[in-house]
Amino acid sequence: MYDGVIQDLIDELGSLPGVGPKSAQRIAFHLLDADPEDVRRFAAVLVQVKEKVHFCSICGNVTEDTECRICADARRDPTVLCVVEESKDILAIERTREFRGRYHVLGGAISPIAGIGPDQLRIRELLQRLGDGTVTEVIIATDPNLEGEATATYLLRMLAPLGVRVSKLASGLPVGGDLEYADEVTLGRAFEGRLSVGGAPAEPRP
Amino acid sequence: MSLYRDQAVVLRTHKLGEADRIITLLARERGLVRAVAKGVRKTSSRWGARLEPFMHVDLQLAEGRSLDTITQAVTLSAFAKDLGADYPSYTAGSAMLETAERLVDGDGEPAVQQYQLLVGALNALAMRRHSPGLILDSYQLRALSVAGYAPTFAACALCGLEGPHRNFHVPSGGTLCDRCRVPGSSTPAAATVELLGALLAGDWPVADTSDDRSRRDASGLVSAYLSWHLERGLRSLAHVDR
Repeated sequence: MYDGVIQDLIDELGSLPGVGPKSAQRIAFHLLDADPEDVRRFAAVLVQVKEKVHFCSICGNVTEDTECRICADARRDPTVLCVVEESKDILAIERTREFRGRYHVLGGAISPIAGIGPDQLRIRELLQRLGDGTVTEVIIATDPNLEGEATATYLLRMLAPLGVRVSKLASGLPVGGDLEYADEVTLGRAFEGRLSVGGAPAEPRP
Repeated sequence: MSLYRDQAVVLRTHKLGEADRIITLLARERGLVRAVAKGVRKTSSRWGARLEPFMHVDLQLAEGRSLDTITQAVTLSAFAKDLGADYPSYTAGSAMLETAERLVDGDGEPAVQQYQLLVGALNALAMRRHSPGLILDSYQLRALSVAGYAPTFAACALCGLEGPHRNFHVPSGGTLCDRCRVPGSSTPAAATVELLGALLAGDWPVADTSDDRSRRDASGLVSAYLSWHLERGLRSLAHVDR
């Protein structure tokens, strides 16, 4: 145990995700040795991030303004909406440069065991956004795990009566992997969502 | 580091560090086990969907000081695939997993009966054999019975007088005759008591033909009974889509 403020700093750092007691101690002593100006700037950013950053009033993404950069951009296609679980997912999709529509952040996935139901997510806001008829396609991009799948199933049930086109991201074999190591669920999905690449036109699936 | 094999159902997962997860399992020979699955959150993970909740797997684990580590996993039944695609089944199944987690101890003792009961219930749910709500209520009553909290619906829970009786009292353990009736007992309809008895005994022809009102009342009584014995309610019960 150290005295006073240095121990306080170690305790605070140790409460961060992925930082254990040893790492916390190492970061604390690094800060102690660092240039005072650098530390002051670091502290100012920490304060600012809590004061300035909030959620976009339209899509729920993190932003410093009332509307996020994507919602405010008039060049983005307003007819296609991509529904994601977290703001982090927007960044991942933006990196692909494949999608030019807008987003809606749910704020998590339905997980009854963790006490999260549809009412705890921004599903009502999503239905309100779809109310004016501008959006013609909704792309569901929830995580490809059980909670994400169940959330997609629930969304599909809510969106079906609205008459918008609903699609879901494909899932299947990862690029760079071996087929023999794929598990049954993933491989099954890859078969269900297989692509026709030529030859005779495919028979409609039963 | 000693290795062991066991069959298990995945009950719950927690994130751990950058790409790992802690997997809570109901294992046949070891009861409730918490084990680490390394790298499971990476897209290139060799675990794939094998360690998602509801998956029924054959595992090899390495014993650790506090947590065991999963070294191999083979799917026995992919319940997650069927349950994720049907919202009422998913919410009912989630409540089953939470029930199992709360009723089974993590002291390393075998939990063969609880394990078989859960696998059977998930199988019925995945095959859509009966209404998800009925399967959940039946599972909860039977899981409580295996854990030693069997309710009585056919006789008086206090004096044993053959029933059926109309008074139901949770702390007394089931229905009570008019002489043993205690203040605070509820008086469910005869059809509700009959449904509860059918759910406990697995008499599906009776349960499947029950009406909506009996089902609603029965599920209320089951969750009251469960909450009493678990000392606090299940979080997932509020989200069950009946």
